[in-house]
Amino acid sequence: MEHPVPRETASWFYVFGSAAFVVFILQIVTGIMLALIYVPSAGEAWTSLQTLNHNVALGWFIRGLHGWGSNFMVAIVLIHMVQVFLFGAYKYPRELTWIVGVFLLLVTLAMAFTGQVLRFDQDAYWGLGIGASIASRVPLLGPSIVNLMLGGPIIAGATLSRFFALHVFVVPGLLIAFVAVHILMVLKLGINEWPMPGRVVRKATYVQDYHELTKKDGLPFVPSAVWKDLFFAAFILLSIAACAAYFGPFGPSGPPDPTIIQTAPRPDYFFLWLYAVLSLLPPSMETPALLMGPVLVIIALLLLPFIFGEGEKSWRRRPIAVLTILLAAVALGTFTRLAGNAPWSPVMDAWSGIPIPSKFLHDRSALERQGALVFQVKQCHNCHSLGDRGGKRGPALDAVAVRLTYDQLIRQVIQGGGNMPAYGKNLNPAQTTAIVAFLETLRPAGQSPARNASRAIALGSEPAESPLTDR
Amino acid sequence: MTLARRFTRRELLMRLGIVFNGIAGVIVAVPIVRYLLAPVTRERKVGYDSWIPLGNLEQFPSGETRLATYRNPVVNPWDGDTADIACWVCNVDGQMFQVFAINCAHLGCPVRWFPQSSLFMCPCHGGVYYQDGSRASGPPERGLFEYHYRIESGKLLIKAGEMPTPGQAGNIVRNIRTCV
Repeated sequence: MEHPVPRETASWFYVFGSAAFVVFILQIVTGIMLALIYVPSAGEAWTSLQTLNHNVALGWFIRGLHGWGSNFMVAIVLIHMVQVFLFGAYKYPRELTWIVGVFLLLVTLAMAFTGQVLRFDQDAYWGLGIGASIASRVPLLGPSIVNLMLGGPIIAGATLSRFFALHVFVVPGLLIAFVAVHILMVLKLGINEWPMPGRVVRKATYVQDYHELTKKDGLPFVPSAVWKDLFFAAFILLSIAACAAYFGPFGPSGPPDPTIIQTAPRPDYFFLWLYAVLSLLPPSMETPALLMGPVLVIIALLLLPFIFGEGEKSWRRRPIAVLTILLAAVALGTFTRLAGNAPWSPVMDAWSGIPIPSKFLHDRSALERQGALVFQVKQCHNCHSLGDRGGKRGPALDAVAVRLTYDQLIRQVIQGGGNMPAYGKNLNPAQTTAIVAFLETLRPAGQSPARNASRAIALGSEPAESPLTDR
Repeated sequence: MTLARRFTRRELLMRLGIVFNGIAGVIVAVPIVRYLLAPVTRERKVGYDSWIPLGNLEQFPSGETRLATYRNPVVNPWDGDTADIACWVCNVDGQMFQVFAINCAHLGCPVRWFPQSSLFMCPCHGGVYYQDGSRASGPPERGLFEYHYRIESGKLLIKAGEMPTPGQAGNIVRNIRTCV
């Protein structure tokens, strides 16, 4: 236990790997605890989770620990990876450690996804449907992959059973094997020294330099460095326990009954960014991006230590590395935040549940108010907001009359376009007249509506307002 | 001399043992792989789809779109509610029908019918379809999946059994006539 490490590595920056390992142990223990009660059957799984939540002493807490543990594990693994990347630890001779680490990240995400499926509720059911729809787009093999993934023609008992086998046997087996190799490599090659600007990695001299450094200015890992790992791991365990106790377990949400269609499925936290990407990509780019994007990212991660195996380790001398991390963090953060309020989803009950603010109805003619009624009844509110309430799928309509002329409004309503359905078949002429009259009133006080200048000239009269807004 | 050393009796037996294990491994692996691929190969020959009654025609008034549910034909006793599948039935004119899958053609979320605006809307990524199932807006690249149907002794039957996904769905037709 005299294992010497470079002095500066006894640092609070070097605690994430061990913390991930401790959380992994927690996941194994709580996972086994859950398996004592959980029934991996499509007909019973949801009920057994309810039993765990309500009828088994502290079942809710074990579920909370396991669910929050998974969130913490994904987060810590990502932080560990960022630290390793910024400290240049993937460089010679630790290439294989990094590659095994990339596999560990993939396997951890696989655990997160399969675990979300085992919480066999509405979100899990429709999440599987999304997974199947993505898999089906693989050229030629797509439909076969779907059948293989679902274990049959539909999401049902066989699907849950195979995800149970993956989550409980296959993926944890891989995880244990990779963790063992990962830790053995760290022990064999030594912990990455604190990067100093100017201390350049060269394959010819690195190993010798490292051993000199640890011999000359080293500390025994136990106890000089390990106490920080211990404190941090305990802090993380207590944080998970606190979250489990305070927030409780995740779901299950509604039962996995596909005939209940009043549902808006959302993925778990760590896949929210993907949900946003799927909504925001142009349709033509979706399939290539979905199928090739992950492959390219994984290849890039695997090649990283071979392309940049030597050179500067310090982040102070690696601006592109720092920018890459910042870009990835900003992108993931933005997508996650966007997915939190999902502006691309229609608000399915806005037409019946969110009234038009009264300021848009005051001092309006009967026709205009009739138009407001059409606006609600025809579900326009599901996609368009008024006074910041309602759907965000289409543009807010608070000042639409300033942007579009009377004729343009009619055309837009009737023909749609620009990602709006055409309402021509669903509105009779009276309804169209009414709703456009209402839309014409939507403009800030004191601003006149948009006008077609050429129309006034063509009609040979003084610039006139549209016939309906004359008041 | 070296040749003689390399092929001692025990080494030869060890090599034979490796070959023997290889053969045994293949003999065991073939049925395992076939078992694993069963959902794709063996059962696919028969096909998952079959004709399923959705109910009497009176349940689907002319000119209206109604939710219908059926029990999937390929089913295990432990499937629970998951084998109950929903679909949208549009009675075009009393003669013609259109039966749409509940799954959005984008990523499979359940679409909802809004009779007031005659639109199907998807709660996930905002796909919207017209009454005839054709794409109106949003990320889907095509219209709703549609089942084959037939009418037999006053009952509406559809050919179904497999969850439609964008990559497959080759068996699902698009009618030329549409719901108005």
